Amino acid sequence: MKRRMGILVACSSILLSVLTGTPAWAAQGQTLLMATTTSTDNTGLLDYLAPEFTKTTGIELKWTAVGTGKALKLGENCDVDVLMVHGPAAEKKYVADGFGIERREVMFNDFVIIGPASDPAGIKGMSVAEALKTVAAKGAAFISRGDNSGTHKKELGLWKEAGGMLPEKQSWYVQTGQGMLPSINIAEQKKGYILTDRGTFIKYADNHGGNPPLIVMVEGDAGLRNQYSVMLVNPARCPKIQSELARKFNDWICSAAGQKLIADFKLLGKQLFTPNAK
Amino acid sequence: MDYILQGFAQALKLLVHGDPETYSAVAATVKASGFSMAASLFLGVPSGFVLGYLHFPGRRQVRLLVDTLLSLPTVFIGLMVYAFISRQGPLGNLGLLFTLPGIAIGQTILALPVVIALSATAIESTDANLRTTLMSLGVNRRQLLFTSLWEVRHGIIAATLTAYGRVMTEVGISMMVGGNIKWHTRTITTAIALETGKGMFATGIALGLVLLLIAFTITLPASMLRRK
Repeated sequence: MKRRMGILVACSSILLSVLTGTPAWAAQGQTLLMATTTSTDNTGLLDYLAPEFTKTTGIELKWTAVGTGKALKLGENCDVDVLMVHGPAAEKKYVADGFGIERREVMFNDFVIIGPASDPAGIKGMSVAEALKTVAAKGAAFISRGDNSGTHKKELGLWKEAGGMLPEKQSWYVQTGQGMLPSINIAEQKKGYILTDRGTFIKYADNHGGNPPLIVMVEGDAGLRNQYSVMLVNPARCPKIQSELARKFNDWICSAAGQKLIADFKLLGKQLFTPNAK
Repeated sequence: MDYILQGFAQALKLLVHGDPETYSAVAATVKASGFSMAASLFLGVPSGFVLGYLHFPGRRQVRLLVDTLLSLPTVFIGLMVYAFISRQGPLGNLGLLFTLPGIAIGQTILALPVVIALSATAIESTDANLRTTLMSLGVNRRQLLFTSLWEVRHGIIAATLTAYGRVMTEVGISMMVGGNIKWHTRTITTAIALETGKGMFATGIALGLVLLLIAFTITLPASMLRRK
């Protein structure tokens, strides 16, 4: 009986310490809420930028990493203050519709088509349009995000430019509805091709100790640029959002210091994003 | 498959070295599920008692509804709660989105049908003779109520543990309502989803083991209560 009580006390004290242990790292004061895409989070870029931003401005940056489609929706519903996304066409429409303001391009990387080293459809080194046509003609497995994210939108645009039909129900076309890295892992299992941003690909290669099962097949095509922008949620529509803090973030990330931090962010010795704020 | 072993080793390392990210997720999980369990027991046990103890018109229909709600999908609850507490939603002014209380509201909706249904069943299945025996012993209504409650304590504990299991392990509500924000609303389950998404399978497994350990810490006192 006594022993039981002892265990009971031990358990409850563990619980209590977890409950009351307010994290010292939860900075008090101003907090900015951002919705962003999975790639800026999964690569670790935001984990690297956020403390620097706090150091300079005293503002704590909180973010929720979702696809570009959902990020834009969260902004439309006034649930976040600032957006960092990568769907230029959708963003321009968003600004035109009055949901976002002060859109500024901050950095880019590029998309690449990756696939198994054995290259079953033989697309290595082709242009994007040729590569996609070949994949479709040969019915080689192609994995799509299928989640209305920036990358998915880009992929659909590339199919359109390639001139063929948009694949949808074909047996070789796999729509995962998941984030970039989970989709790459599915491509790896299915020995298929997939369009990815280069940042996430480098992260994937890093996870595999620099020797990934999927390698770059198509790159360097002008149509493969992946532009990231930051914009404020329109305070005229959403009076409660913290547009001043959001503007400070936008100014900071476009400043020389913010841009240099982006350029210095490396994995496996490779730069993931190229800053290009004007 | 070496990430399975790595996962076990890493789980130990995370706990022993007091990894702040892990402890922050543990705290978020315990807080959100603590709030939601308190709320769902406070509301659910009396409702379950009424449903199992009293015979009122429409009782069977209410029971059918509660049993149906046992199948509420967590992503659906997440979406509905989001729609209500989003700044554009009817409760937007409360600022509950991306907070632990917001998650707790969703989890309460998840746990409530479990608590109601299981405690009602526990009360229904107590010996029907209990009431007559007690009445013949000349107890008053209040004593009758408390004695019946005491008799079903095991059923209530079982209901609590079952509901707690669902609440602690759900991802859909925490992800949609909490937003998986580091240091704030990242719970163990959303952290597992994130790490798996990043291809860090070992870390995901480690966090899963940490979750099991919390479950053990909470179940142990309950199981001792039951033995007494």
